[in-house]
Amino acid sequence: MDISRRDLFTMGGKLLVLASVGASLEQITGAAPPTDAYRMAEHWWGMIIDVDKCIGCGNCARACSRENNVPSGYFRTWVERYEIEEGRPPHVESPNGALDGFPPSKREDVKSFYVPKLCNQCADSPCVQVCPVGATFVSPDGVVLVDETYCLGCRYCVQACPYGCRYLHPDKNTVDKCTLCYHRITKGLTTACCESCPTGARQLVDFKDPKDPVHEFLRHNKVQVLKPYMATQAKVYYKNLDGAVR
Amino acid sequence: MIPGVDGFMYPNEVELQWSLLIVLYPYITGLVAGAFILASLERVFKVEAVRPTYRLALLTALAFLLVAPLPLQLHLGHPERSIEMYLTPHRSSAMAMFGFVYLWYLTVVLLLEIWLEFRADIVRMAQTTKGLTRLVYKALTLGSENLSPAARRIDDKVGYAVTVIGIPSAFLLHGYVGFIFGSIKANPWWSSPLMPIVFLFSAMVSGIATVLLLYMASMKVKKMAIDMRCLDTIAKYLFYTFVIDFTLEMLDLIHRTYEADESFRSLDFMVHTRLWGSQVILQILLGTLVPLVLLAANQLWTFSEAKRRAMYVIACGLTLVGIFAMRWNVVIGGQLFSKSFLGYTTYKVEFAAREGLLAASALMLLPFVIFIVLVKLLPPWPERETT
Repeated sequence: MDISRRDLFTMGGKLLVLASVGASLEQITGAAPPTDAYRMAEHWWGMIIDVDKCIGCGNCARACSRENNVPSGYFRTWVERYEIEEGRPPHVESPNGALDGFPPSKREDVKSFYVPKLCNQCADSPCVQVCPVGATFVSPDGVVLVDETYCLGCRYCVQACPYGCRYLHPDKNTVDKCTLCYHRITKGLTTACCESCPTGARQLVDFKDPKDPVHEFLRHNKVQVLKPYMATQAKVYYKNLDGAVR
Repeated sequence: MIPGVDGFMYPNEVELQWSLLIVLYPYITGLVAGAFILASLERVFKVEAVRPTYRLALLTALAFLLVAPLPLQLHLGHPERSIEMYLTPHRSSAMAMFGFVYLWYLTVVLLLEIWLEFRADIVRMAQTTKGLTRLVYKALTLGSENLSPAARRIDDKVGYAVTVIGIPSAFLLHGYVGFIFGSIKANPWWSSPLMPIVFLFSAMVSGIATVLLLYMASMKVKKMAIDMRCLDTIAKYLFYTFVIDFTLEMLDLIHRTYEADESFRSLDFMVHTRLWGSQVILQILLGTLVPLVLLAANQLWTFSEAKRRAMYVIACGLTLVGIFAMRWNVVIGGQLFSKSFLGYTTYKVEFAAREGLLAASALMLLPFVIFIVLVKLLPPWPERETT
């Protein structure tokens, strides 16, 4: 087929009009340009918790419960109060996961502090290892998630978690846990627990972001993960964590 | 204060995840593995004295194996998705292997061996019976009706090979169940490399005791004489296996006590309180030491036949109670203490719930119903008595 110079110009013109209409439409509809899209490979999520800053108000537990519709009696995050008397086993409590805060302590002669708990988003996660169908997995951006359309509800992962972070959702009959508010963090927001913390004791961090304050935090503070001997490569780091905490 | 909780539990730990049904799972698979290993004594290791129980042991193993996956299925939050374990197994999961180990054992080992062993009988039945029964036996022949000496020799050779493959398979079936628990590093009550081997020997103990009791009961029902040489030989093997099993369990206990790691105080307290009845009284005292003494006495002294029979019945009955208690203590005990080692929860068995006592009792009765059907279909008794 012969194409004249005139035909070529006409076709080029039509293409140009089509492309500009497409671009304007994208602007009108508000679709994000591809460059700003969330890319999982560019993130590696975790959390830092400053134990000394936690006041045990329970805001985090309440915010999490509301944000994620956590069923009553189960917890994606909770706060524990430790009271330690020299030479004695620690006294620990977490009434209703601290959803209602804590009653005033009756002891003044003990070392007392609060420890917020949540899924440790382990990179070598024992729960992921044992799932018989791969329904629970570590996402490319480092969050341990459960595919509730695939989970059998066998609860082997609940047994394998050293931190007690998983439970069987009573309505869905599948395992449920902290998702690090995945629906929020992939939109550029922080987690519900971090957002509601009045003292900034909990901070969502992105280990792959060179500008994230986590790097400064890890450089200048003595930090610890829970049960380090479990070798799960937990990504929730605690500052000033007492050795008695389990 | 949460009812039933002493000390501190992580909030999600208060509720037990693995119930009575998960206690049945290792108990039932153990009976399968044990019964099969007893059958292999005659077939592979040529222990002629136990021949009267060979066929009975195979049918016992099959009856229990058919029921083995049911407690798991009933326990799942989404039983309809269990097929995914076959379609998309997660290779790093110990549990993902269950379906494959089960199918291998059921089809390649047990069904094949039973078919080869009973093929001649099936063919004869297909020729001598009438109507629907004839059709059933005809179908069971799978079109293989050649009973020539050459064909029987092939049956025997293949049957032998299947049993040889079957022994490691039986070890795999139950050792693997032990691995499911033993490989959980988060739980110090379970996490032990000894777990698969302890499960294996306890499986052999419970399987042998079951077949011995079923043999005695069958002979009573059929009004046939009990072969005392067979009974004494099985009791002897039960004693030896039990000694190894008890030694392994004590080794585990001594090791834990001597090492006394972080979890020891918490677990020790649990054994002295919540598990005192089921572990110390039922499992160790009544379920292990009493049967061991009864069986050992028979190795040292000679009693009358009636006394021996009574001693074997008591020993085997208590053994089965003891092994059940052992499964209970592993599965339930492993969930009663907090992984913080600071508290304990309670487990109350419900009655009519999905995972309650009623369902568990029905699941424990089912293998016996299947067993009765199987012995009607494929009589394991010597030929002269079946006519």
